[in-house]
Amino acid sequence: MAEISYRDAVTRGIAQEMTRDPDVVFLGEDVAKPGGCFKATVGLYEQFGGIRVRDTPISEQAILGAAMGAAMTGLKPIAEIMFSDFIAVCFDYIANEFPKSRYMSNGQTKCPLVVRTANGAGSRFGAQHSQSVENWCMMIPGLKVVAPSSPIDVIGLMAAAVRDPDPVIFFEHKSLYNSKGEVPDGEIVDTLGTAKILRPGKDATIVALALMVPRALEAAERLKIDHGIDCEVVDVRSLVPLDTQTILGSVAKTHRLFTVEENPRLCGWGAEVVSIVADEAFYDLDGPPVRITTPHIPLPAADIMEDMVLPTPQRIVDTIRRSLGS
Amino acid sequence: MSTAKDRSPAGSGLNDDIGEQKRLALYRSQLRLREAEQRAFDLFLQNLVKGTSHLSLGQEAIAAGFAEAMVKGDLSFCTYRGHAHTLARGVPVEKVLGELMQRDNGLMRGKGGSMHLTSEEHGVMGSYAIIGAHLPIACGAAWRAQYRGDKDVSVCFFGDGTTNIGAFHEALNFAAVWKLPVVFVCENNLYMEYTPIKDVIPIPQPAADRASAYGLERILIDGNDADVVYRTAQKAFARARAGEGPSLIECLTYRHSGHSRADPAKYRPEGELEKWKQHDPVNIYRDRLKQFGVSDETIAEIDASVRKEVDDATEACKAAAPPSLDIIFTDVYADGGWAWRN
Repeated sequence: MAEISYRDAVTRGIAQEMTRDPDVVFLGEDVAKPGGCFKATVGLYEQFGGIRVRDTPISEQAILGAAMGAAMTGLKPIAEIMFSDFIAVCFDYIANEFPKSRYMSNGQTKCPLVVRTANGAGSRFGAQHSQSVENWCMMIPGLKVVAPSSPIDVIGLMAAAVRDPDPVIFFEHKSLYNSKGEVPDGEIVDTLGTAKILRPGKDATIVALALMVPRALEAAERLKIDHGIDCEVVDVRSLVPLDTQTILGSVAKTHRLFTVEENPRLCGWGAEVVSIVADEAFYDLDGPPVRITTPHIPLPAADIMEDMVLPTPQRIVDTIRRSLGS
Repeated sequence: MSTAKDRSPAGSGLNDDIGEQKRLALYRSQLRLREAEQRAFDLFLQNLVKGTSHLSLGQEAIAAGFAEAMVKGDLSFCTYRGHAHTLARGVPVEKVLGELMQRDNGLMRGKGGSMHLTSEEHGVMGSYAIIGAHLPIACGAAWRAQYRGDKDVSVCFFGDGTTNIGAFHEALNFAAVWKLPVVFVCENNLYMEYTPIKDVIPIPQPAADRASAYGLERILIDGNDADVVYRTAQKAFARARAGEGPSLIECLTYRHSGHSRADPAKYRPEGELEKWKQHDPVNIYRDRLKQFGVSDETIAEIDASVRKEVDDATEACKAAAPPSLDIIFTDVYADGGWAWRN
């Protein structure tokens, strides 16, 4: 057992899988010799060599297309898109190629690959380098979508993603790279499609993802200590497959649902969660489900403005208190 | 590659670098593509081919020439104009017509349609309907070959219009920098869709004149002469297999029909089609066979057997059932199903 950073967990997760399987290869911009824009892949080039860990030109379409061609013909590529905003540059592969080739070919074509990308706000980079775009991927049939919130989940879900036979989009949160957590020694392998209850509670369910998970936990702590409200916090972890049973089970117990989303309001993943709960657990609810999101605006760069629009522990506390009438 | 074994006996006139067996195969292949696609067009007029279709009538020498130069294990990446390239790798006519007619006997049982023909067992790694998408994908397959030391070549076909999309340039640069065993084949049929390609490029040749930007040789060939195509393909494949990197080959050709089935091609100047029909690849090659001493009987036998395959395939497809509705929900994910939640 050791305490490591979320950043180092990325390296460890990739290294674990590359050591296990020679078919795992890794490519992206500045990922090899420079060790990544966020220094999340330092040492992989030295450990595995330039034929398996390769720097590419600034060519997002070539990166994802090459990953797909390699995956179709037998390798298990991990491709990095430096900032998740850049998915827009190569969205054809995410939207049209990876997820549809198996279906259109009536099951002939395989596409076992992982796209890992730095998602989310908090670095004051402005509207084109700070977005949370997991919902861009969640809406496409044929993809799997993962967003871990802790170092141990980074390793375990990375391993699960690499071993999965489908294309997986792996969202790392850039504001979590410096966060730390306890990680056991040895191989760690998790399961896609499983949410985790990080804090049990009886008064309300808070469903969160990635950077919003530590904020939800902090809010739950304050609600308990300051206001006697006992919240259950569910880390969704995997948007596709979606572990609806854990969420529905929690709502059946607490009778209230709050989602905390970093993505802008419209068509965020929380809307889908609320829709499922409304559809299947309406009579478990004692009040309306509430979505806590970033407003539907491009993200501003300045720190005081960015801090204002992202859901904060205080906003979560205030929203839940108001909604519960306490 | 031709070998001494498949060359005809001395005196027949066929004892050159291509050889009689390969020449007969090139003729058969081109005729088969011509007859199968002409039949697809006829079936469309009878409302039996649904959706869209993009024919390669007039461009057959490119598909046939490259496919005959490929060996088992080599991979084809095609576009939505991919019937010819798919058939040329040996996929049965019935499988292709069945997909166009949206029957259960189709290559993908109706789940892909005309623009997405795929037959991995024949090395046809998909037909891609988003312009340019498959050039980077072919690079990835070639990277796998390079990484594993496999000797197969990835061959990527596309039209002249593709040379103006970003993925073309990303893929060419990527392949050249990584020295990948991939061969890019531009079929320049003079029209990007309805607009002449010369109106939308600042250079005379859309692919050949861009090769130097990626450190590649300028290769511009007559795409209607299967011998020229075949020899060019062999040279490019040898270079790729030797680890010397990619090639970009521009083949001049002309499509006899419109861009798609919805296009009567009225934008073409008068006389242009007739001029190109004087340079029809199938006619060129039939004359070539005669010139090399192949008998009229041999040619007639090939013609008859090709027409029989197309006729039999047509009847089989007309008799085939529509696709079974229970496959609507299969193969979204690798577990065979479509579940996105528990």
